Amino acid sequence: MHESAQPLPVSLEHASKRYGTITVVDDFSFVAHPGETVALLGPNGAGKTTSISMMLGLKHMSAGQAHIFGHAPISTAARVRTGIMLQESGLPSTLKVREIVELFSRFYPHPISNAEAIEAAMLTEKTERRIADLSGGERQRLYFALAIIGEPDLLFLDEPTVGMDVTARGIFWDRIRQMHARGKTIVLTTHYLEEADALADRIVVMNKGVQVAEGTPAEIKATVMGKVVRFRTPSVNAATLRALPGVDDATLTDHTAELFTRTPEVTVRALLNSPTEVQDLEVTGGTLEDAFVRLTA
Amino acid sequence: MSSTTTTPAALPAASARRGARSALLYAVYCEIMKTIRVPMFAVSLFVLPAMLFSLFVLPSVHETQNGVSVGNYTMPSFGIYVVMMAGVFSSGIPIANERGMKWNLLLRATPMKLWTYFTSKVIMSLLIGAFAAAFFFAFARITGGVDLGMTMWLKLLGTLMVAMLPFIALGLLIGYAVGPQAAAGVANLVVLPLSFMSGLFIPYDSLPHFAKQIAPYLPAYHAGQLGWHLIGAGDDTSVAVHLLWIAGYTAIFLVGAIWFYRRDEGKTFG
Repeated sequence: MHESAQPLPVSLEHASKRYGTITVVDDFSFVAHPGETVALLGPNGAGKTTSISMMLGLKHMSAGQAHIFGHAPISTAARVRTGIMLQESGLPSTLKVREIVELFSRFYPHPISNAEAIEAAMLTEKTERRIADLSGGERQRLYFALAIIGEPDLLFLDEPTVGMDVTARGIFWDRIRQMHARGKTIVLTTHYLEEADALADRIVVMNKGVQVAEGTPAEIKATVMGKVVRFRTPSVNAATLRALPGVDDATLTDHTAELFTRTPEVTVRALLNSPTEVQDLEVTGGTLEDAFVRLTA
Repeated sequence: MSSTTTTPAALPAASARRGARSALLYAVYCEIMKTIRVPMFAVSLFVLPAMLFSLFVLPSVHETQNGVSVGNYTMPSFGIYVVMMAGVFSSGIPIANERGMKWNLLLRATPMKLWTYFTSKVIMSLLIGAFAAAFFFAFARITGGVDLGMTMWLKLLGTLMVAMLPFIALGLLIGYAVGPQAAAGVANLVVLPLSFMSGLFIPYDSLPHFAKQIAPYLPAYHAGQLGWHLIGAGDDTSVAVHLLWIAGYTAIFLVGAIWFYRRDEGKTFG
């Protein structure tokens, strides 16, 4: 099925999106390989949804190219192989769960059964409910049912677990893993590192419209989970600081040293035991937002 | 209602064709369900015309108007009013709402053909219009003893379906031109004065002078004349001319709808 000659499920080349003078996405390139789960991770406003919309042909690009399985994203050839869960889309509130799933199944040449899609979305009890009567989490799962009804080879999940409680999120992650196990290519956006870590083979970190990091979940966690040890010191050089245990990187500007470390306890102990003179010591960071800022800087 | 699962051995082209056809049928079913599950819509299509008929026509149902009984004369008038409401409201307001909540965006991410979306809405409007008009006729038959004879009822219903086309196009235009908050207001602002000025509520001869001047340029006037000609109460202009006006207005409203649709596409996908 997935020979090497086969076109990539997703390819976005040098995509930019500008509104007047505001650049939302700037020269962003992205690929997803067959069977791969890729997470697009970043804070709100990073350009994740805009990027996904460009991959899908739902936003015109200011520059760049997008292909789905080698086809134009809006072509029927691309659409029948793609299932999509969009963050900002509504559903007709007067239709029943069963009806909208049936409607979507008829858009695709080889859909799975309605019961199967509804079960995968954990909505079997709600089949006869009108959409207006669903909770936010249930509605979110209904979008998932609509995304998988056409038995797509490629799934786009834009912030899939927004509105779900911790339990529902855990179960939902299992459903996504099942899709992965069945060989589907999955592109998901999230602003939770935890979610990207739980699901993805590869994480692409975006902030302010550009890619700031890319790697396996382990690599990304190592990069973003670190702390910053900051202190003033009159006399030391950066190389000495970098040699301290646990230090990934160190900078020194105007007698202020910044050490980046994933093991701040080890680093601080070594620092205080070293001959380096240390004033105004502080340890900061650890939040994802801080990490995005540091990655962007 | 059963699932459309096909065997993997099915020819792709054949199954795609089958899929497109059944998608349209089911989309029509969904459109009808969406429409009739809105209580306000049923009230304005079924209750309001019956109420207006009871208040203003029933007391004088056996008097004469344009050579026919008032009861008979008001069947085309009210019939046009009903299908005009059905045409403008059933397609226009849902489209404005669906644009507002970005349902159209989700649909555009599926392989659904654009024509399926529009065709299903037009077919739904025609069916709802026919049903509402038939309901009104039955009401007039029972409460006012108005009887055109089965052949004439059916001919009138057929005429109403043709006369409804410009108003479906107008509904599409309003649906793409204005937002979800304004759509119902704008539709009312169009339908009510149009009905009055075209002689649907008050016979043309009894209209104020200014309305008489304007009426022959309005689509609802020509729609009404198609019906009045059918029951022998038409004006001196030929049916072909009235049909031409209906065709012209349908074309104009469709061009307007397409223009606003493109403008909306630019906003949504820009």
